[in-house]
Amino acid sequence: MPILNHLWIIPLLPLLGSAINGLLGKDWPKSTVNSVALGSTGLSFLCALEAVREFVAGGLQPFRREFVDWIVAGNFRAGLDLQLDQLTVVMLLVVTGVGFLIHIYSTGYMAHEGGYYRFFSYLNLFMFFMLILVLAANFVLLFVGWEGVGLCSYLLIGFYFLRKSASDAGKKAFIVNRIGDFGFMLGMFLLFRTFHSLDFNRPDLKGVFDQVAQAPADAMGQFGILTVAALLLFVGATGKSAQIPLYVWLPDAMEGPTPVSALIHAATMVTAGVYVVARSHVLYTHAPTAMYVVAIVGCATAFFAATIGLVQSDIKKVLAYSTVSQLGYMFLGCGVGAFSAGIFHLMTHAFFKALLFLSAGSVIHAMGGEQDMWHMGGLWSKIKVTAWCMLFGTIAIAGFPPFAAFFSKDAILAAAYGHEPAGKILYGVGLLAAVLTSFYMFRLIFLTFFTEQRYDEHHVHVHESPKNMTIPLMILAFLSLTGGWFALPALFGGKDYFAEFLSPVFGSAEGAGEAMPASLEHILSVVAVVAATAGLLVAWRMYRGKVKRGTSEGLHKLLYNKYYVDEIYQALVVGPLVWLSRNVLWKAVDEGVIDGTIHSIAHGTAVVGDTVRHAQSGNTRSYAVWVLIGAVVVFAIIFWPVLHPALFGGAR
Amino acid sequence: MSASLIIFFVLALLAIFAAVSLILQRHPIHSALSLIVVMVALAGLYLLMGAEFVAAVQIIVYGGAIMVLFVFVIMLLNAEEEERTNFSKMARFAGIPLALAIAGFIAAAIARNAGSLPAAEPSGALTSTKTLSNLLFSDFVYPFELTSFLILVAILGAIVLAQREN
Amino acid sequence: MVPTSYYLILSAVLFGLGIVAFVFKRNIITIFMAIELMLNAVNLAFVAFSQSLGKTDGEVFVLFVIVVAAAEAAVGLGIIILTARNRRSLNVERVDLLKL
Repeated sequence: MPILNHLWIIPLLPLLGSAINGLLGKDWPKSTVNSVALGSTGLSFLCALEAVREFVAGGLQPFRREFVDWIVAGNFRAGLDLQLDQLTVVMLLVVTGVGFLIHIYSTGYMAHEGGYYRFFSYLNLFMFFMLILVLAANFVLLFVGWEGVGLCSYLLIGFYFLRKSASDAGKKAFIVNRIGDFGFMLGMFLLFRTFHSLDFNRPDLKGVFDQVAQAPADAMGQFGILTVAALLLFVGATGKSAQIPLYVWLPDAMEGPTPVSALIHAATMVTAGVYVVARSHVLYTHAPTAMYVVAIVGCATAFFAATIGLVQSDIKKVLAYSTVSQLGYMFLGCGVGAFSAGIFHLMTHAFFKALLFLSAGSVIHAMGGEQDMWHMGGLWSKIKVTAWCMLFGTIAIAGFPPFAAFFSKDAILAAAYGHEPAGKILYGVGLLAAVLTSFYMFRLIFLTFFTEQRYDEHHVHVHESPKNMTIPLMILAFLSLTGGWFALPALFGGKDYFAEFLSPVFGSAEGAGEAMPASLEHILSVVAVVAATAGLLVAWRMYRGKVKRGTSEGLHKLLYNKYYVDEIYQALVVGPLVWLSRNVLWKAVDEGVIDGTIHSIAHGTAVVGDTVRHAQSGNTRSYAVWVLIGAVVVFAIIFWPVLHPALFGGAR
Repeated sequence: MSASLIIFFVLALLAIFAAVSLILQRHPIHSALSLIVVMVALAGLYLLMGAEFVAAVQIIVYGGAIMVLFVFVIMLLNAEEEERTNFSKMARFAGIPLALAIAGFIAAAIARNAGSLPAAEPSGALTSTKTLSNLLFSDFVYPFELTSFLILVAILGAIVLAQREN
Repeated sequence: MVPTSYYLILSAVLFGLGIVAFVFKRNIITIFMAIELMLNAVNLAFVAFSQSLGKTDGEVFVLFVIVVAAAEAAVGLGIIILTARNRRSLNVERVDLLKL
């Protein structure tokens, strides 16, 4: 049956799984919870495959289907509309495929944790929202998915909610994301106001991107409507995809279980920002200022995060900063116009980052919960499978051919090099970041697996992880190796299948990189490999044999404390806001004005009552006088007409 | 200055002085006696106006029964000179102004319209007892019967109130 | 002939004096007597009007007022006796059980 006509089944299956597990799974045995969770995700993956097959068989025609009228107001319509084109295919397969593998892994990793059913319920819910996000055919539905994945991120980061650091991290993630979402919403409002629609593309060419394509582009440096809207959407992307200045939640998000870090904070949710920018490429190509901002922010973040990752001691924190850095690369790619390169890096990153996180989880599991690399060492011989997988991931991320990231990172850096203006600077910084990436990843490998043992054997029983954890690792390792082969650059005599696949989507946006001479491409590739090797060598020299952890001072201290960014935010933003809330809104407004009004009314009533009380004195003579006063009033009323004319002239 | 006017002024001044004496006396028995003087003066004024029956009833009932009742109660309760308590501030300050106001209103209204009233009162041609009783048993028979009922109720009330607690 | 208005003004004056007595005296019995004074003043006004207008209705009403005053005096004095026994005082300001 044509899946394409029922695209909604792809997100619906995980939603059902989530609901069943969440509502009924509390007392079920683990095997039942597993079947529901894995079954729904696996079926969703199969449906996605089938949808892709139909799409390809249908001649790669972009498919869009309106399912339900959700919001209809005058001329505006936002429906539950889903669409499928080449970009969606990539995202869909990554989300469902990697998601499924991580679900399998989680059955092993979370086997001894409490709240098993809750974990899988949340994980399935996340899959639902993420699929809504990638399948959406208008900004409104995309935003539903956007917010939903933020919610699931909060739920899963704070999964061990009894630990204060975990629940704080969940709150931080949600609140920082909210700031980005505010920008995103403003961008949506601006687009709606300008184009009176929020659909991406419509058959009657009244969708946002249809209209943008017809509109004149803003000039560089001009802050027209298109530029402002693009920048606002990018603010949302910095929040969701952890770029400067809203990246601060991602390292804290490592409080969640490792599969969560792998799925949400490496492979899928954080790539939503990149997806939005890529989906809106028409808008960005019409707003060169915004694209330039995207490129600069991406490049700066890539370098900035890499420097922090150099000195971290927690294995997951290193990977977290590495994620921030690699996301920066993706935005750099989009910012210089190489959208397909950015998406390509997104895909390869999903493979090797998920692999790295899951391997790290395997190491942590083997070490009985230890996450500090300075308490590891010498694990190579003990957990061979995990170690090999992690090594594969590290080689991939460092950018050695023929592993995946070499192709994607190379494509981005080449596009940056040829970009005007200041492309060479972007290239230089990106290259430097690549060196640092290679360095800190190999530092991680050496500290964890190769240096001398720094833990007590009697307390920690190192053991390899079970099959349901190692098999996904091996699959991902394979993908990390082969995933880049979709886009062999011309110098190897291959075709860039990936860019070709996506070219109907990105169209003429990618003119820039094609015109590079082959020799220049050769040189750049070699430089990239040299950079990676340089990083590896420095790491090997520094972390060999016995290593001593030095004291932290000067530059090291600055980097270790993440440039004190969290503290700066606390002082500049959070502190004043909390002060404002506490002293103005709470004490002044809530207690003073609102409570005060009520209290004053009550107090006033009491005062009035207290005063009037004296009228009831129990003294008969007073009462008599009151009666007389009343009588006088009545007399006055009765006699006034009689006396009135007499007051003026009329003698007695 | 006709004779009736002189008699009027004498009786009026007598009534007023007696009323003032009622206010100024400290012992209630003296106040009661002053009130009797007022009533007698008023009876005289009724006679002056030519309402003999009313004057007679005034003296017999008011003076002879009601005031005697008052005097008996004063004796029964061993009333003494008044205690000079003054708890009520309101009475102290508002009493005289109020009285002046009420009396003033009435007096002013009367004075305004003094001219429109028929001049004086004739002698007893109309107000014979016969006319009175005719009215009483024809136009006013219903209130008349009710008053007898009222008196019955009053007697019952007085008896009930006067009972000792058994 | 005495003008009617003279009687009426006398009635008003007596009424005012009755009010003054009512407000300023503290003995319950005296206050009651002030009420009787006020009733008498009103009676005077009734009779004056009756004679002035030539209709006897006013005098009939005076009879009724006297009857009612008698009944009221009887019952009222009965109450006063009871109150005086209860509160052991004839001072109206001592009867203040309704005081808050």
